[in-house]
Amino acid sequence: MKAAVIVFPGSNCDRDLAVAFEKAGLQVQMVWHKDTELPAGIDLVGIPGGFSFGDYLRCGAIAANAPIVNAVKAHADRGGYALGICNGFQVLTETGLLPGALLRNAGLKYICRTVGLRAEGASIFTEGYGRGTEIALPIAHHDGNYFADEATLDMLEADDRVAFRYTDNPNGSARDIAGVLSANRRVLGMMPHPERASDAAHGNEDGARLFAHLAGALTAA
Amino acid sequence: MRFLPNKTSKGMIMKVRVHVMLKDGVLDPQGEAVRHALGALGFDGVGSVRQGKVIEMDLADGTSEATVGEMCEKLLANTVIESYRIEVL
Repeated sequence: MKAAVIVFPGSNCDRDLAVAFEKAGLQVQMVWHKDTELPAGIDLVGIPGGFSFGDYLRCGAIAANAPIVNAVKAHADRGGYALGICNGFQVLTETGLLPGALLRNAGLKYICRTVGLRAEGASIFTEGYGRGTEIALPIAHHDGNYFADEATLDMLEADDRVAFRYTDNPNGSARDIAGVLSANRRVLGMMPHPERASDAAHGNEDGARLFAHLAGALTAA
Repeated sequence: MRFLPNKTSKGMIMKVRVHVMLKDGVLDPQGEAVRHALGALGFDGVGSVRQGKVIEMDLADGTSEATVGEMCEKLLANTVIESYRIEVL
């Protein structure tokens, strides 16, 4: 199975994400933001964390208009899988592929620590944990305070599209939401970093389970 | 598109200012921090502070407000959380 990792100027988790994908058995190609097409046969697109375009204007806003993003949208519209982590989640909300937006953390501070999460919404990304399973993953963000209007939040909950919730809300996110799924459940955006908890040397391999299940399920599909 | 970025000779440009603010009901933690700081400085009666941004652009003279609106919708503001106001100077 083939994965692409998009690289924007200012991305800094692109290599980590590629290593995590490869460790799970995926074949990875890095794709520059100025490219207009994804390589042929891509099953999964990873949009990594970092500070694309220096977070100018709004986090993810400039990246959401980069040439490659049209190809990522077309991939998602065809039913392709995509995973946006941290800045990647911000990019996905800015493109409109996922609802809501990420605001400045309620406490105004950049937060960099491991937090508790609960896996929920049924998807290829969460099945590896099982619903209700509590895990721990690192977060590292200044703008991770998930916001959507009440009607959208109700819809996300009714449709089981909340993939992960914080067990102890660190940033003010509406309804403790840490990750949301697209309507077809194939696009996930999440603020926590599974790729930073995917090797024994990280001291935490909770993230590796996400990638292992994802790669296995893609291969079986 | 009538947008001509290189026409800067006098009389050929118009100045437009776009004000972007978080919508009412969207928590503005930065505005809150400023409000607290003003209180700490001894300014009484500061009820609420909202912080936004101002974007000034030189545009080709005659650029329609509809075009500027499109710029706001597509890039300058995220209408999920922000509202914008266009001011032609």
